[in-house]
Order: sequence, then structure tokens, then C-alpha cells
Amino acid sequence: MAADVATAVPARPAGPMVPVRYRVTARHQDTADSVTLSLMPIDEPIDDPEPGQFTMLYVFGVGEVPISVSGCPSREGVLMHSVRAVGAISRALCRLEPGSALGVRGPFGVGWDVSSAEGSDVLIVAGGIGLAPLRPVIREVLAGRERFGRVAILIGARTPDALLYTEEIEQWRAVPDVHVEITVDAATQGWTGNVGVVTTLLEGLPTTPTSTTAFVCGPEVMMRVVARDIVESGADASKVRISLERNFQCAVRQCGHCQLGPLFVCADGPVVSWTKAAGLLAVRRW
Amino acid sequence: MNLTSIRDLLAAQPVLLDLEPADIDLMAGCAHNQVFEPGTFLAHEDEPANHFYVLREGKVAIELHSATGPLLIETIGSGDLVGWSWLFPPNRWAFDVEAVATTKAIVIDAWCLRDKCETDPAFGYRVMKRFAQVMVDRLQMTRLRLLDLYGAGNGR
Repeated sequence: MAADVATAVPARPAGPMVPVRYRVTARHQDTADSVTLSLMPIDEPIDDPEPGQFTMLYVFGVGEVPISVSGCPSREGVLMHSVRAVGAISRALCRLEPGSALGVRGPFGVGWDVSSAEGSDVLIVAGGIGLAPLRPVIREVLAGRERFGRVAILIGARTPDALLYTEEIEQWRAVPDVHVEITVDAATQGWTGNVGVVTTLLEGLPTTPTSTTAFVCGPEVMMRVVARDIVESGADASKVRISLERNFQCAVRQCGHCQLGPLFVCADGPVVSWTKAAGLLAVRRW
Repeated sequence: MNLTSIRDLLAAQPVLLDLEPADIDLMAGCAHNQVFEPGTFLAHEDEPANHFYVLREGKVAIELHSATGPLLIETIGSGDLVGWSWLFPPNRWAFDVEAVATTKAIVIDAWCLRDKCETDPAFGYRVMKRFAQVMVDRLQMTRLRLLDLYGAGNGR
């Protein structure tokens, strides 16, 4: 009877509030608490997401959580999400094995608009799981390397063990004329790389601040510090983009949980320019 | 062969840009160049802090030794200052400093510079302000690391 119920589901659910069924086709354990899931549609797929957009992933019987896209079907052939287990739903997502089904709504929000950086230098700064939404940006820039100026990729992580995509980072390092630097907050035995906050990597970059488009993603405090430093170095604030994280629930500008001043971050973001974000993130509690 | 003077090398360091030309002249009188190969030490914990360094190229690690091996606290790269123990009693290094890449450094003799700071308090004040800025920057970065920003957050 279960099969009858399944065939009764419409090919493409109506409206953005109804999840589309997807199946996990691959699961890669990135770190002790993070996995990357590759998804293929069971029903008609969602629209192809842009780098920087997010979807709502629904673990049946558990709940729904917003997760940025870490690989786009147009480039990867599958929809990819990197998930860190920090709560009940994300833990359930991380436990999904190939063959498991889940629901997907989206894609939602404003992406990174990578093509607008063509012709300029590109600076990508990622902290922690913030590397996941930037991975499609990096892949797009490196795939079209000739369309961009100098490229710098700076990655911060808590410890060496917490670094995402370690094998892929080595591939990025191997691309000629791409500056890749990693730093960790705390070294472990055997680590020979940088130790310190990610802002320390902003010194001595090959990119020229005045002709740089920057993509920054990580904890909000980190993004504030990094974006401020990039702008102070001479970059145009409108070309410094950050990805905001808020309490996305409906993801369609209805519930208001994600409001930040005049912004519904689910729809007006998550990617916003520093011009727009600086004032909003400076508002404190009184 | 085109040799750059130690004075010009110092003047080109971003970390010293807000010092006046005359200050750079004074500092250059106490300076020499040195190259440290990976694995060699610029300083050892608890030894007299008779020098500080301006890193021109390379990278050094600030470390504490322990029974299980060195504990890596922070790395410092080109363009930055290493060492402020020379400024304050008891003028001993608080940590080990090890070159982790081939490192070209300008070595400043602390005795020489301290004498010039004492003789010319205005110069000494400008040097102190420069070092205070470096210390504030490091303190702020340390505070950010203490926040464990990448650690487990409140998520769903």
C-alpha cells in the first residue's frame, strides 16, 4: 500500500511550502560532526539553486532545517548539502544513510551572484561550516579561472580536525595562481600550518583591495571583523558580501522569524552586501 | 648587485609605517639582518629578551614546550613584530619562538633601543605606542579565539 501512496503524490508539489521528496545517494563524513549529503530527486526536482541559496531540508518525523547548498546540480549532477550536527534535526540529517528519503523545499533567498565578480580580483574568506556555502563559489571561480583576476581563498577552522573538504582544498591549492591559506584557532600535534584568527591571513594578499569582490561566510562575529578589515583595506563595501544566518522557518517572507531590521533575511538574503549589513549588525541590545 | 640598506628595509615594513623617518634612523642603528632556517629558534622561554624581530619574510611559531612536545600557540608571518618582553621587566621571553619556514628577520638589539628610548622620551613614547598597538591587536585576536566562534552553536 505504501507504493500506492507514493504514486499518489503529485509529480511537483504545489507551492513553496510543500517539500519535494529526494533520496540520499551518497554520504561523506567530512569531520567528526559534519557530513556532506548528495541528493537526487524522487519527484520532479526543485529549481536549480544558485551558489549561496539555501533549502529547507525536512527529516520526516523530526523536523525541518535551513541548509545552504554546497553543490549545485547544474555543476555536480546532484544537489549537495554539508550539514553540521548541532541540534536534533541536523543530527538526524547527519545520520541519514544512502537510500534514505527526505523532503526538500526551495531554493530560497539571494545567492552570491558570482558572475558579478568577473573581471575583478576575488577574495573568499570562510570560517568553520561557512566554507560549505562558499564551496560552489570556489568551484565556479576555479572552473572559469580566466574570467577573474587574482584569487585568494582564506579558510579558518577551530582545529585541524574540523577542516571541511581537506582533499578538495589540496586540489584548489594545485590550481596555478590561486592563493590558498588555512588557519586554525587551536593546533593539534603535528599541525604545521597557521595558528590564529582568520583576519591574520588578510595581510599580504595578492589581491588588490580596490578591485576586489569579497565573499565572506562564517560565524557572524567573524564576518563582522573580516568585512570591516577588508573595507578598511580599501575595498568597496558594496562588493563585500556576507551570508547571514537567521532563524529561517517559512523561508518565504511570511512568518517574520528571520527579520533583521527591514530585511526578511530568508528572501532579501542570506547573501547581502556589507553596505546593507554593516548598519544592521551594529544594532545592539539596550 | 643592488643592496638595500637596513634603514630602507625597516622603513618598508608596514608595521613601522607610522614611525617618523628620524625614528627609523634611530632604530636602524640598532638593527641587523638575519635568516632563520626552519627548526631554528629566534627565542627561548625564560631566556633574556635581548632582541625583538621584524619579520620580512617567512613564518614563526610562538610555542610553549611541554612533556608531550611543543604546544603551538600562534603563528606570525611576514610584516609583523615578534617580541615585546624586552620592553618590560623582567625582560625575559615568555615563550619559545621557532622558525617554521625560512624566515628573514630584522633583528633589533633591545639594549641599544632601550637606551635610545630613555635618552629621547618622545621617541620612546612613539615606539611604545607602536608596540601597544601590536599588543592590542594580538589581545583582540586572542579574545576572538577564546570565544570559540566555530564551536557548537545553538542550532536545530
